[in-house]
Amino acid sequence: MSIFDQKYGRRTVLKTGSALAGAAAIAPMGFVKGAYAADFRNDPGNSPTVTFGFNVPQTGAYADEGADELRAYRLVVKHLNGEGDGGMLNTLKPAALKGNGVLGKKVEYVTGDTQTKADAARASARRMIESDRVIMFSGGSSSSVAVAQQSLAQEMGVVFMCGLTHANDTTGKDRRRYGFRHMFNAHMSGLALGPVLKQELGTDRRAYHLTADYNWGWSVEDSISKTTEGLGWETANAVRTPLGSGDFSQYITPVLNSGADVLVLNHYGRDMVNSLTQAVQFGLRDKQVNGKDFQIVVPLYSRLMAQGAGENVKGIYGTTNWNWSLTDPGSQAFVKSFGAEYGFPPSQAAHTCYVNALLYADACERAGTFYPPEVIKALEGHEFDGTGDGPSLYRAEDHQVMKSCLVVRGNANPTNQFDLLEVVNIVPRSETTYPHDLYPGELGPYEV
Amino acid sequence: MDAFLIQTLNGLDKGGAYALLALGLTLVFGTLGVVNFAHGTLFMLGAFCAVTLSRILTISKQVKDESITFFDAYKEIPYLEIWFPDLGPVIIDMAVPLAIVMTIPVMLLLGLVMERGLIRHFYKREHSEQILVTFGLALVVMQIVKSFYGANPIPTAAPSALAGTAAVGAWLGLSDAIVYPWWRIIYLLFAGVVIGAVFVFLNYTTYGMVVRAGMADRETVGLLGINIGRRFTIVFGLAAVVAGLAGTMYVPIVPPDYHMGLDFLVLSFVVVVVGGMGSLPGAVLAGFLLGILQSFASMNEVKQVLPGIDQVIIYLVAVAILLARPRGLLGRKGVME
Repeated sequence: MSIFDQKYGRRTVLKTGSALAGAAAIAPMGFVKGAYAADFRNDPGNSPTVTFGFNVPQTGAYADEGADELRAYRLVVKHLNGEGDGGMLNTLKPAALKGNGVLGKKVEYVTGDTQTKADAARASARRMIESDRVIMFSGGSSSSVAVAQQSLAQEMGVVFMCGLTHANDTTGKDRRRYGFRHMFNAHMSGLALGPVLKQELGTDRRAYHLTADYNWGWSVEDSISKTTEGLGWETANAVRTPLGSGDFSQYITPVLNSGADVLVLNHYGRDMVNSLTQAVQFGLRDKQVNGKDFQIVVPLYSRLMAQGAGENVKGIYGTTNWNWSLTDPGSQAFVKSFGAEYGFPPSQAAHTCYVNALLYADACERAGTFYPPEVIKALEGHEFDGTGDGPSLYRAEDHQVMKSCLVVRGNANPTNQFDLLEVVNIVPRSETTYPHDLYPGELGPYEV
Repeated sequence: MDAFLIQTLNGLDKGGAYALLALGLTLVFGTLGVVNFAHGTLFMLGAFCAVTLSRILTISKQVKDESITFFDAYKEIPYLEIWFPDLGPVIIDMAVPLAIVMTIPVMLLLGLVMERGLIRHFYKREHSEQILVTFGLALVVMQIVKSFYGANPIPTAAPSALAGTAAVGAWLGLSDAIVYPWWRIIYLLFAGVVIGAVFVFLNYTTYGMVVRAGMADRETVGLLGINIGRRFTIVFGLAAVVAGLAGTMYVPIVPPDYHMGLDFLVLSFVVVVVGGMGSLPGAVLAGFLLGILQSFASMNEVKQVLPGIDQVIIYLVAVAILLARPRGLLGRKGVME
């Protein structure tokens, strides 16, 4: 005698069985939020620690910035783990971080040297992901390096928080779902710098560009020349120089009799220090051309560069992501912590790296998981404040932060040894925001 | 005309550095038959002699910076300025020219130690082995310098009196707009003096004549009872001094880092090969020639026709010269042909 002969028919048993199997299949996803299978790369699981990777240029043209980035990362790890005075953990709004690590796990870190080279950066990042099992990696100066690492992040499914990268491409045509940029970009520099250049240098100028020959340099040249041509300036010439040239004299000498009255140095780091110093050595700042004083403009400035170039920066205009002299609570908290730790104030590179690591950690707390797609969703469209940039938005469409940025001038009368840049204008977010599809690109999928 | 003059000056100034480096390199090859891939390192060590002296002169007392209120910051005041308020700043300002006095004995000593300690064991070995061992030595020295001075370039200024520009155009009755940095003019003159001194030493002193005789026929000179090996060791030291001086004076032009020697190495070898291996006048001629060509190739008018030519001109010319004249411009027949 079978069960089917009596109370339950065969059809009933099959239907009930199917329903139970279906319910069992879907039930866990319905009510266990955040309990993802441990099948994402480098899931820390039950480990009491989680590892971040800090991949910065320790050698090469941007080694100064890299050293300062590393200082900032060490500091943010201390603050995340509840050590020190907490820095921006006290000012970030909204903040889910509690100062007990991230999701209760103590943060540890490994470091790498990008050598300011895309291939070296990828190799170093891959080592961090595969051998050191980092849950997130961050850092870098140079946009080509950032773009290369962002692509790797997308391939491997590990979030990359870009360090110092200013090219439009990073969150334009080369944007990636797994890459985020807190730093402003060349287009925002142009938007910020234009009105100041118009007011200070007028509308009748001839500009000569010397441009670092890689994607960042091209990006800045494009954005700044569009801005200045919009003001009525003429672009006399735009000359590409190899990264890390050292001696720029062969590129500066043609400027002397080019008829240009403004030199735009689309250089950064050691290149900018060398090219600006040599431009001044060649007497450009003492020249009168077309009845006007010859001027030099540096679209992307940093205090470290100003320090390297010394007296030569006085009176020279440019933009910067952030400056230590800002008086908002977030900036002051960060400068105080950094200064107490290292004895000098942080650079913009240090600031953007510190903030990026902080925002990533905060996103994990808000998402309740390290699972990258959920962390990415927590960052996308996130509005925050208290990081020294005014009210800011991590834009969902291109992963670019929309924030205020600064127009600065080399300080002619510094009040102390670090007071090298004078903030001329804090350009608000409303004036630096641009359409996300101005530089179109595809973010790619969440799941990889 | 203005552009021509400026680019010529720029080429001569670049050529001065190339010629100084190539001179030492070819001197070592001509006397010892050694292909020294560590020669660029000697240039770098010379630059760091200037950095070291500058650091010694600016050993400082730390004083709290009262203008910084939200963390403890300190500024450094050099003891020289504290002890000698008038003379101290002048001495610090003159660090680079003063470093020449330090560079000569230091580089001579380093050259002698390098030759006696390592190079002499490879005289009779293949050129490929010499290249490997000297390149390895260069890498080791670079890492030692990096560990002491860090990876970053170290700005070291020229004396402030020589920081401006010279009105070259006005001197020649041309446009007032033609100016050139004083320090680069001084570097060019300095290169000329050093090159001249080496030629005088080799051509008009008994010691130099014996060295040249040894370069031509080492065996016969040895049979005359002259210890030619010892003289060649001194020549190696002399080559190290020339490279070191080139590096010391180059510091205000480009801030030195541990890698700068390697940046110049390939270029200086091209200069030596173009000039003719072992030919001293050839090295100088090729140095200035390639410097000028590189400068003219960077002119916008040239780059509009041939984009990127400034990056490859030296190598293109080298290929062309070696195809037409395998021994180089002034090379002896049979040497590295």
